[in-house]
Amino acid sequence: MGRNENSIFYGVDRVSLLVYVTLVIMGWLNIYAAVYNEEHQNIFDTSQKYGMQLIWIGGAAVIAFSILLIDANFYTVFAYAFYGFFIVANILVLFLGREVKGSHSWFRFGKFGIQPAEFMKFATSLALAKFLSNQNIVVNQQFRLRLKDLIKNYKNTIFALLFIIAPLIIIIKLQNETGLAIVFISFIIVLYREGLSVGFLIFGLLAAILFVVSLIVTNLSGLLITLAVIAAASFLFIRRTRKNLIVVLLVYIAAAGVVLATNYVYNHMEDHQKVRIDVLLGRGTVNLKKEGYNVNQAKIAIGSGGLLGKGYLQGTQTKYDFVPEQDTDFIFCTVGEEWGFLGSTVVIFLELFLILRVIFLAERQRSDFSRIYGYGVASVLFFHLAVNIGMTIGLMPVIGIPLPFFSYGGSSLWSFTILLFIFIKLDANRLLILR
Amino acid sequence: MSSNSQLGNRKLIIGGFFCLIVIIYLCRLFYIQVIDDQYKLDAEKNAFRYMTEYPVRGYIYDRKGKLLVFNAPSYDLMVIPRETKGCDTLGVCEVLQITKKEYLKRIKKASQAPNSPRKESIFEKQMSAQTYATLQEKLYRFKGFFVQKRTVRKYPKPIAAHLLGYVGEISKEKAAKEVYYKEGDYIGITGLERSYEDVLRGKKGTRIAITDVHNKIIGRYMDGKYDTLAIPGKPLYCSIDRDLQEYGEKLLTGKKGAIVAIEPSTGEILCLISGPSYDPNLLVGGKERSKNFTKLYYDSLNLPLFNRALTAMYPPGSIFKLIDALIAQQDNLINRSTVFPCQMGYPPMGGKPKCHAHGGGKNLPGSISASCNSYYSYVFREIVDQRKYPNFIDGYNHWRDMVKSFGPGTRLGTDLPYDKPGNVPSVEYYNKVFGKNGWRSNTIVSLGIGQAELTLVPLQMANVVAIIANRGYYYTPHSVSGVGIEKKLDQRFKEKHYSGVQDPTAYLNVIDGMQGAMEPGGTAYASRVKDVVVCGKTGTAQNPHGQSHAVFLAFAPRDNPKIAIACIVENAGFGGVTSAPIVSLMIEKYLKGKTERLELEKRVIAADLIHGINVLGSGQH
Repeated sequence: MGRNENSIFYGVDRVSLLVYVTLVIMGWLNIYAAVYNEEHQNIFDTSQKYGMQLIWIGGAAVIAFSILLIDANFYTVFAYAFYGFFIVANILVLFLGREVKGSHSWFRFGKFGIQPAEFMKFATSLALAKFLSNQNIVVNQQFRLRLKDLIKNYKNTIFALLFIIAPLIIIIKLQNETGLAIVFISFIIVLYREGLSVGFLIFGLLAAILFVVSLIVTNLSGLLITLAVIAAASFLFIRRTRKNLIVVLLVYIAAAGVVLATNYVYNHMEDHQKVRIDVLLGRGTVNLKKEGYNVNQAKIAIGSGGLLGKGYLQGTQTKYDFVPEQDTDFIFCTVGEEWGFLGSTVVIFLELFLILRVIFLAERQRSDFSRIYGYGVASVLFFHLAVNIGMTIGLMPVIGIPLPFFSYGGSSLWSFTILLFIFIKLDANRLLILR
Repeated sequence: MSSNSQLGNRKLIIGGFFCLIVIIYLCRLFYIQVIDDQYKLDAEKNAFRYMTEYPVRGYIYDRKGKLLVFNAPSYDLMVIPRETKGCDTLGVCEVLQITKKEYLKRIKKASQAPNSPRKESIFEKQMSAQTYATLQEKLYRFKGFFVQKRTVRKYPKPIAAHLLGYVGEISKEKAAKEVYYKEGDYIGITGLERSYEDVLRGKKGTRIAITDVHNKIIGRYMDGKYDTLAIPGKPLYCSIDRDLQEYGEKLLTGKKGAIVAIEPSTGEILCLISGPSYDPNLLVGGKERSKNFTKLYYDSLNLPLFNRALTAMYPPGSIFKLIDALIAQQDNLINRSTVFPCQMGYPPMGGKPKCHAHGGGKNLPGSISASCNSYYSYVFREIVDQRKYPNFIDGYNHWRDMVKSFGPGTRLGTDLPYDKPGNVPSVEYYNKVFGKNGWRSNTIVSLGIGQAELTLVPLQMANVVAIIANRGYYYTPHSVSGVGIEKKLDQRFKEKHYSGVQDPTAYLNVIDGMQGAMEPGGTAYASRVKDVVVCGKTGTAQNPHGQSHAVFLAFAPRDNPKIAIACIVENAGFGGVTSAPIVSLMIEKYLKGKTERLELEKRVIAADLIHGINVLGSGQH
């Protein structure tokens, strides 16, 4: 297929396509296993989730074909339009959407529901790619301390960050979907690839470490004093100039700011979010019947799989509902229990392989737009992979985001399909673009 | 574009970072899936419910295959407290006739450790058939309740309670100690039920059910591939004769005492009776059981739970003269024609111990038939003071060792629990009582006629007569002739034990004397059995608390003996009066199947010594 330039498969990366199809089918089989019950054994039964997933898969196929049919330039040209459209959709859903579990994030069409926040991912990727690929815009690499330089040099960085932060704030603050919003942090990886200063990242990393430390250390004033002592001690190693004094002071103020902000954020979190962080960090006593239940049951299900697993449809933990959300966010538990360490490794490797493949493809693009978009795809996919599997094995807090191509759900499957296939289309077009 | 070349290595950093995270995850997965087993156990705890399948307890038959113990179905009402929402609580209370308060108390108990609101616990134990019938109609309204079928012991005849023992709930301590049992399980507490518990109980099976998160049973795990079937208990073939046991218990009505009969050629116990007894059917069932047990336990007049046949230590009285006679002959101190004087007592000590009028000095057989006290005071001192030993202490120890070779002073090692050893006093004991050098053979001469500190349990008395019947050996008395369908018998019951006296003439002389006791001029002439040569010996065990205990032991027939039997009746006076008729009736019943002396039988049964109605009269000696 695809020998003919007019074929829609012309230039399409078959490896990605194959891995995509494999993951989707494996996901569907595992949803069947997770929801399996004796009364409804027909895998095509649409009253059951696996039947519904088949419909979503059909829809995804249609979407994938459509994307390949449309001219690649369409995505470049309308990148901002997509972004604008979905920003509006995400605001509109607050008024038109149906409330589900305390958040207004779903449009309902009869039996089907669509979550516009899911589609914000590819729209943001497109917009970011468009912005960063524009002429000579380069995210600055230098790290200077003069305020004038700072603003001048970081203007583009700040704009780029705005593209990311806008949907994040809308989704987290207005729709109350923390999990979906946090995904947008992954675009930092794109910025890094496009030249974001390492100093900035180190700053971010230090802030993150401080964030965790100030969550673990409950004695706030003690922490601030410790930081002050470290700041004072730093003068033992650097020259005692006025400039250095200001720098150290500024760094200290920033650090103290992070600590206080963390404390503020934590104290203003919703209880269930606080608990999730407590569970991960092992703060206080975790009640395995309440707040610790999800993660504990997930670990039990996966851990009981052993090396080779219990066999397809033989998992007792997932099949009999011990694991909550086992068809969506906790689908990996079914894999872990029924296919064991071997199956888990295969699934993780397939996902990782697809991500690395996308990076590989991105790097061979001649157009900056395609490359940057490709990194957007890889980053979003990886973030989902890391957080989703991390939370089932107790390495990440419980954040309700799906495993790409695997978890049950139309919106997530479709959004990942769009995300990936726009890139596949861009890649297929790479040979034509500068001809 | 220009910057792209400089930033080219960043793709490696990003790719490397992705791989690093994945490697960390895989290590973590490897740890929780392959290395750490805790999650597998937790998963089993989550989804598996191990359900015990109780085996059927083995039946017990008598030596002729007649049923002694079988099982009847019994129904326990079980509850899963979590599932009782919407239950007709008042209905439950009404059927079980309990108060609402009691209901709540039991639910609470079933919800707390070691029970769990998610698991089933017993709510009402062993309901009566009537309660079960009414309950069954309404059970659909009692949400969270269900009935578990078990079995309880039943006894076709209300006999042999002490021998068979009873089954009851295991104690908390024992349940914690023994792996096989868990709290609430049943276990043999006394008697055969206790000593053959391992055989009778069978083996519990386990059914593994799969439950969902709501603790609802979904089905069987792997279609029962890993289930284990309950293995039913093995039948027990008891050596007792049901008819003889029943007859003996009837004869002992209204009397305190014991009857033990042994088949001399095998050591099998033919009957083991302790009176007063109780109906074993009283100690089964739930509520009834504890009520009845309390009643029996606190019956201080009759002590019905006290197994006299194995644990009551009686002074043997004159029956002990048989052992003295055998020892003295073995030591060549006396022979058949040896005569000792008797002047209504033992002359060297001024007529003590006293004796009765039996017409002058007797030879050996005559002394047994007439039970001469003086004769055996002489014999005892002959043994203890014999010249072979430099001092009487050695002589006494020799006598004691010889006595012990007949059984007294040690536990016989029967297959029934809790038997007592009896007592043959030691040198140390007398040194303590009289002081070292403070005693001589004459001090303790009453041992020779079976009095003083000497005690035997009825089983030992029966064993002594079995040894005489066998002319010098015995098999450890045992009450089971075979275990399981293959009727296996413990090797130790097939081993011959020899007494210290192996001289056939000694036995011949003693047996002649015993036969004489049943003939004119003998102490038990009144209890002779037509056409059967019975060899017997009367005994009167002095009792510091009141009337003497009547002892009688006998074996029959004289040649090729089929039965050796001992009987003791408390506070019945002279052994020939109460015990001898009982023994002779038992022998007749066992050898002939029935008795012709119905008048005697009637009088024996009617005698109520507990309430002081003695229609048999009481003898002098």
